[in-house]
Amino acid sequence: MIALLSRDLALAVRAGGGFGLGLAFFLIVTVLVPFGVGPESATLSRIAPGILWVGALLACLLSLDRIFALDYEDGSLDLLATAPVPLEGVVAMKAAAHWVTTGLPLVLAAPVLGVLLNLAPAAMGWLVLGLGLGTPALSMIGAFGAALTVGLKRGGLLLSLLVLPLYVPTLIFGAELVARGAAGQVTATPAAMLAAITLATCALLPFAAAAALRVNLR
Amino acid sequence: MELTVSDLACARGGIPVLEAVSFALRPGEALLLRGPNGIGKTTLLRTLAGLQPALAGTASAPPEAIAYAAHADGLKATLSVAENLTFWARIFGTSGIDAALAAFDLGDLAGRQAQNLSAGQKRRLGLARLLVTGRPIWILDEPTVSLDVASVTLFGQAVRAHLAGGGMALIATHIDPGFDVAELDLTRFRAAPQRLDDFDEAFA
Repeated sequence: MIALLSRDLALAVRAGGGFGLGLAFFLIVTVLVPFGVGPESATLSRIAPGILWVGALLACLLSLDRIFALDYEDGSLDLLATAPVPLEGVVAMKAAAHWVTTGLPLVLAAPVLGVLLNLAPAAMGWLVLGLGLGTPALSMIGAFGAALTVGLKRGGLLLSLLVLPLYVPTLIFGAELVARGAAGQVTATPAAMLAAITLATCALLPFAAAAALRVNLR
Repeated sequence: MELTVSDLACARGGIPVLEAVSFALRPGEALLLRGPNGIGKTTLLRTLAGLQPALAGTASAPPEAIAYAAHADGLKATLSVAENLTFWARIFGTSGIDAALAAFDLGDLAGRQAQNLSAGQKRRLGLARLLVTGRPIWILDEPTVSLDVASVTLFGQAVRAHLAGGGMALIATHIDPGFDVAELDLTRFRAAPQRLDDFDEAFA
């Protein structure tokens, strides 16, 4: 299973692997927002938590259809399904590789982009914490959506439609955590809810995604 | 361990294609599956490999004993030959890819990326994967496609070495594999066309 994780990471950083695409997209979205809504710093700092979270979410969405589609096309998903690793483990490792190549760079880049949106300095730590807690759930839910749509040609759009509603709770609590952090309010509740969503998705969705894959491979 | 298939029926896209398929493979034996396009060779192999459920009947060998090689080789274009093979060796919990590289004459290509291989070389790499699985039953779907004469000979040697070591091989192919082996024509197991005599069945 570690072999699968390290292979996926190696593939991501090689030509055409898509490493950094999500990060570049996140960067462009957050840079474009001030052009769109104007440079008043008060407005920007009020909408910054929401923009940063929506940007992270869309950046995450960008690379979801690659999680299983490439392996399905070249036949390695069939071979992995007949290999001695459980399909649930394959799903978990694929989601982990997606998080390391997409979610983790977003977490690390977020404070810099927060400055661009005039996010309150007090909220920076909460932004990093919130993204760190929440993005694994985005990758795991995305892996489930990718497993559902794996056999479909041009399944990417359907995947987005399936997955975006499932991202709503993460978005609400993530943005709320940053907004409360900026206002100096108690942040324990949204932080706990984010952690709970991530833990629940990581505990349950590998099984659901593996079941979906088995049906799609028939 | 032996592979005994009894009264197996399998379906493709919900339509039964084969029924009452029965044969047995003992250690050291190979069997060629013959039959026209669409008779259900791939469907039968996928069913035995555990990728889809059988409609009826049983196969004695668990999917854990089977190494399956499909039409697609499952290669990653940006990984080198050695990296591709090492990945599968680690997944199957075996070590050492040198024997597999040597068996399919891939030693000189070990450092080359899979995207720069010819179709026949990719096929050889896909077949070399079988050697690193360490599993006793090989299930091969058109293994000799795009192989030249010399490579077919290499393939025949690899299969014979596998059989000599107590392994088994079930091969769907249209061409002569270059060694003596029993054949099974699937045409006689073709599933009878289903008659829809109930209105609801048409929508089932």
